[in-house]
Amino acid sequence: MKNSEPENLGAHSRRTFFKSLGTVAATAATAQVKSVAAELEKANAEKIVGPEAVPVTLKVNGEKLKLMIEPRVTLLDALRNYSSLTGAKEGCDRATCGACTVLLGDTPIYACQKLAIEAQGIEITTVEGLAKSQRLSKVQQAFLDRDALQCGYCTPGFVMSVTALLKKNPHPNAAEVKHACAGNLCRCGTHPRILQAALQAAGVELVSQSEVVDYV
Amino acid sequence: MSSWPAETKYISHSTARIDAPAKVTGRARYSSDIQAEGWLYGMILRSKWPAAKILSVNLDPARQIPGIKAAVVAREGAFNIRFYGEEIAAVAGTSKQACLDALRAIEVQAQVRHEFVVNENEARQPDAAQVWPGASNAPATPRVLENGSVDQAFPECAAVIEGFYTTPVQIHNPMETHGNTVSWTDDGVTAWASTQGISSVRDGLAGALRLHHSQVRVITEYMGGGFGAKFGAGAEGVLAAKLSRAAKAPVRLMLTRFDQALAVGNRPSSFQKIKLGALADGTLHAFDAENYGTAGIGGGADAGGGGGGADIPMPYLYPVPNTRVKQSAVAVNAGSARAFRAPGNPPASFGMESAMDDLAVELGLDPLDFRLKNDPSKIRQREYQLGAQKFGWKKKYQKPGRSPGVVKTGIGCAGAAWPAGGASPFTQGEATVNPDGSIEFRLGVQDIGTGTRTVIAVVAAEMLGLKLEQITVRVGDTNFPPGPGSGGSTTCPSISPTVFDICTKVLQRLQTQSGVADARGQNWFAACKKLGVSPLVVHGQWEPGLSADHAGGVQFAEVEVDTETGLVTVKKILGVHDCGLIINQLTLESQINGGIIMGLGYALYEERVMDDLSGVMLNPNFETYKMPGIADVPDIEVVLINMPERGVIGIGEPATVPTAGAIANAVANAIGVRVFSLPITPAKILAALGKVPPFVKA
Repeated sequence: MKNSEPENLGAHSRRTFFKSLGTVAATAATAQVKSVAAELEKANAEKIVGPEAVPVTLKVNGEKLKLMIEPRVTLLDALRNYSSLTGAKEGCDRATCGACTVLLGDTPIYACQKLAIEAQGIEITTVEGLAKSQRLSKVQQAFLDRDALQCGYCTPGFVMSVTALLKKNPHPNAAEVKHACAGNLCRCGTHPRILQAALQAAGVELVSQSEVVDYV
Repeated sequence: MSSWPAETKYISHSTARIDAPAKVTGRARYSSDIQAEGWLYGMILRSKWPAAKILSVNLDPARQIPGIKAAVVAREGAFNIRFYGEEIAAVAGTSKQACLDALRAIEVQAQVRHEFVVNENEARQPDAAQVWPGASNAPATPRVLENGSVDQAFPECAAVIEGFYTTPVQIHNPMETHGNTVSWTDDGVTAWASTQGISSVRDGLAGALRLHHSQVRVITEYMGGGFGAKFGAGAEGVLAAKLSRAAKAPVRLMLTRFDQALAVGNRPSSFQKIKLGALADGTLHAFDAENYGTAGIGGGADAGGGGGGADIPMPYLYPVPNTRVKQSAVAVNAGSARAFRAPGNPPASFGMESAMDDLAVELGLDPLDFRLKNDPSKIRQREYQLGAQKFGWKKKYQKPGRSPGVVKTGIGCAGAAWPAGGASPFTQGEATVNPDGSIEFRLGVQDIGTGTRTVIAVVAAEMLGLKLEQITVRVGDTNFPPGPGSGGSTTCPSISPTVFDICTKVLQRLQTQSGVADARGQNWFAACKKLGVSPLVVHGQWEPGLSADHAGGVQFAEVEVDTETGLVTVKKILGVHDCGLIINQLTLESQINGGIIMGLGYALYEERVMDDLSGVMLNPNFETYKMPGIADVPDIEVVLINMPERGVIGIGEPATVPTAGAIANAVANAIGVRVFSLPITPAKILAALGKVPPFVKA
């Protein structure tokens, strides 16, 4: 499950605006659409950027990433198309598959649903930022050991979701792992192994569920 | 004749994927991650009409958009559109945003045709709109296969059932969409493609662009799934190449999720009318079936309507002495079918295995005993017996509908065969042995996600007595010796004997050149050192006797059905599968898990929904096309039957065949009535229970 709007987003508070818009819209039935437009214009007038490229500085995996991008560029596109950080994958570009999951602070988010310009000022962690000096993180190692990947395209997203879960809850049970990974899709059908990997990373002892039997 | 070693250190053991570190750190560069020098973003404009004649396409306004470097039409001159989502034009620019602006700016003049049909049953009517004008949507007479004397046989039966079993169109939905980065320069074309067949993409691109095969190079280092839909160059490959030539820059054109659902393949639907009869002793005696389904516009006008592509093997698995099978495909205005994991088999298994259970009930037999009575495969007999014991079948089985309470439990089973498979005998590969003892294998095969690199390393380490980390594996490049496409469960049985052959020759050559009698293991470095300054390059090819075909398996399912909400929860699946000599147990089990979970989606969730009135696909995305998520996945247990004497056999396809049939039978066993149609949705459960009226199309 992803929080679509982590707290503490600084100056660009669309949420506050839309909240007030809700009240405005209720009366707008009579007050005409005009007043809504006026309200929107007023809110935008506070800080209009774009449509042309603007400087955007992201903090990714502990390093500053300075970009010149249009304000409509998503965090995912900024990472994948304007830097060489292609670890976060694009599977749907509409918040349904989770292949683009990154951490904003400690919160897992869909990078395709966050404008890069709105992700400034908060530490962003991508899958490239987990291994420290060539050593895989506990979660990455567990994915390797348990074969919790096949084609591997969804893997960065699952690794990030599990990483975020273990930061918040170091000893999750199976239901909690499933809940944390409910926003990630995998088409190769690696789910049982992902569950095992998450539990292994959490220190749970696992019993093998398979067996080889000779035919003769 | 060559044979695999009996005592092994790597083969038949569990080895973690050698490319897992690259995949879990984001270091692996998938086709959609390629950032060629000066690359442009590419996008395709698609038809919003299911049927139209495109009169003209004006690309000039698109070319005026800032950042746009090229725009091309999908086809020159006027052309016909036959499905919603068909390609019209494509643009390349410096950003995704510029391309989105440009697609909106393209001016299309079209004669919209209001005569179209997207529903299989409507398309079969004589007055239906013609998908291919001048040709009927379905052949006038179906293909008929007849054995024995069906009409005489049915009266001889002690029990006869009839059912109309239907399966939907299923979408592949690999997590990485189709697409590629293509660079077309005076030196030729390089395509980094998301494909399961680098050779077939190379040949396809060369053909479409009128280039020599030697002028086209296809590279697929990592790709995000295919399941049968990613063998060809595709319109997206050809368009990316044309854009690259026009823009004089590499173009990355990956399909959007919508594009992928509409235009690049699916599993055909099936509508199976089955009549099945058995003698009093439980022996199958008569089978009469008619099946039709749609492969979209596939087949084409020249095939007289729907053409092929929707046939399924009937009767599935069980020999019946008297059979009559009529099959036909029906064209509709929707995207074409493509191969999809075990083509034809999952729908055939669902139809036949459902009918088998229905007939077992009619005969008063335990459906497992009924299968043991009629299944001719000795291997499946053993698998059923092993599985039944492990699953606790005899203890758990109760007659249909006997489960008490609101939430009812039920069990079911079904079998699978994958008669294709085997190896591609043309598979080749090479290895370079360096004087320092390092060795690199190069095979023109690609890893679709099954662990192909690891298979090569496992076989090589075994044969040469080396450690896994001493071996470098390179795949996914048409500059390497040709390998098979990743399809038909043929990859492992194609490449394993090829690596066997390379290794055998490496050892022979090392012996000749170094004088070391056995260069394996601890003698390796000494032998390699004697090569002096020139590396040894050895070419090898597939050899017979080390692989086989015909894998099978059986699966058992246990479900809970809430009779108030109609919700089905799969509690357990047990899969018992055979695939000859196991190369890597770890990745093999992953493939079986994957097949089962894909089958679970087919059973309960997945379905392409077309709107009859607008001709539009209503669920070309992941929020309305439901695939199994981690919370839907039951407890899965896998038992592998070890048959090393058969050699290497692929497993990718048989593992997904019986799941839907087993789940459907478990549901029928739980609620006491049959749901004849996949996916088994809550609405269909409630309708089968008579709690809501059945859905009737207006």
